[in-house]
Amino acid sequence: MKHARVAYAGAVHRVTESSGGVRLPSGRILSEEDVVWLPPLLAGTNHPGTIFALGLNYADHAKELDFQAPADPLIFMKGPQSLCGHRGQTVRPRGVSNMHYECELAVVIGKTARRVSKANAFDYVGGYTVANDYTVRDYLENFYRPNFRVKSRDLSTPLGPWLVDAADTPDPMNLDLRTHLNGQVVQQGNTRDMIFDIPTLIAYLSGFMTLAPGDIILTGTPQGLTGVQAGDEVITEIDGIGSLKNTIIED
Amino acid sequence: MFPDSGRAVFGVAFNFRGELARLSGQLPVSPVLYLRPRNTWNSSGAPIRIPAGTDALKMAGTLGVVMGPSLSYVAINDVSIPHDSYFRPAIRQRCRDGFCVIGSEITGQLPGEFRTFVNGELRSRSSAADLVRPIHRLLADIGEFLTLAPGDILLIGEPSDAPLARAGDRVRVEADGLAPLENRVEPE
Repeated sequence: MKHARVAYAGAVHRVTESSGGVRLPSGRILSEEDVVWLPPLLAGTNHPGTIFALGLNYADHAKELDFQAPADPLIFMKGPQSLCGHRGQTVRPRGVSNMHYECELAVVIGKTARRVSKANAFDYVGGYTVANDYTVRDYLENFYRPNFRVKSRDLSTPLGPWLVDAADTPDPMNLDLRTHLNGQVVQQGNTRDMIFDIPTLIAYLSGFMTLAPGDIILTGTPQGLTGVQAGDEVITEIDGIGSLKNTIIED
Repeated sequence: MFPDSGRAVFGVAFNFRGELARLSGQLPVSPVLYLRPRNTWNSSGAPIRIPAGTDALKMAGTLGVVMGPSLSYVAINDVSIPHDSYFRPAIRQRCRDGFCVIGSEITGQLPGEFRTFVNGELRSRSSAADLVRPIHRLLADIGEFLTLAPGDILLIGEPSDAPLARAGDRVRVEADGLAPLENRVEPE
């Protein structure tokens, strides 16, 4: 099943997908334009958990940035204020020269995970969603890179629209993903090309820390990055998971 | 098992003057942040677990600024596995369970001094006067790109004389006007 969280008629609702629209708990069905989309949350949680993201996790993207593929996962973190929902807006800071989208499969942890083996790792996944991990490269510095000013800006990480149950995603390591920039496909890849796959990432993280329900892992992006400008419509899309729209605005 | 509060706890590296020597001249343009995720939150009286294969942990007794209508302050022991490379985020060194001891009391008055003791011996004493970016400048510089919400905590930095502690050591962090934090380092 596909779950979402929306605001409608003065309240926040947990909804499910119904023939392209959203179904309120009352049974009423609305079109996606009728609601305000919020970042999805795992059932039973009220806030996003810890948010991890992967750098350089597709070989083609690492090459594009002229980096060697890393020996260990390159993991950074994001604050909860960085998230925004489907059909939201993200600011391109005035005067920057290089801000780009990154289409990523987001894994939402479903149960407490500590020292999980790769073989069992998928048992700990609650579901999947789509992320757009916008990056403002102008602000990169060489301390704890990529730093928060680059990657954890307010509302700079669209997430959603749907949280798709893990049970309905039988092969998460074989999903086509792509980004449309103003209607043109500008980025394409497949999750099979991750350097560190989902079981490896869960085993790695849970090997030194405890993961909890609602924690989110953004699994990295393939090649195909181009800059975005104010007014651009950016859709990051993963087959079977969702199509996440965002608009770039000026501050 | 972990709180579902949405609260974020951020730390800032290189914010004590004595730390700048580690940077070999290259100063950060913007505050260097890291997250203390919810699995790291710990309280006074509970053990701090030292991972197998790690000899000693750094104990940075410091202050957290608690966001709200007015600022308040909380005592913190910001624990990490010592590391010399600051190029990539130190997730493995900082995000271990129980590595951020947060006091249960807050005060509206900035504590004049904070101190770290290991086995009763005073090993670190600092004050907000030693900061590279004073608290209000830090909040302004971070606020340029990241909004701290009410209840969020910002750790003001790791004192440059933060001591190491080993399994069996007792660590005490004091901040003027707040109940001390006392934790024992125990094997994982």
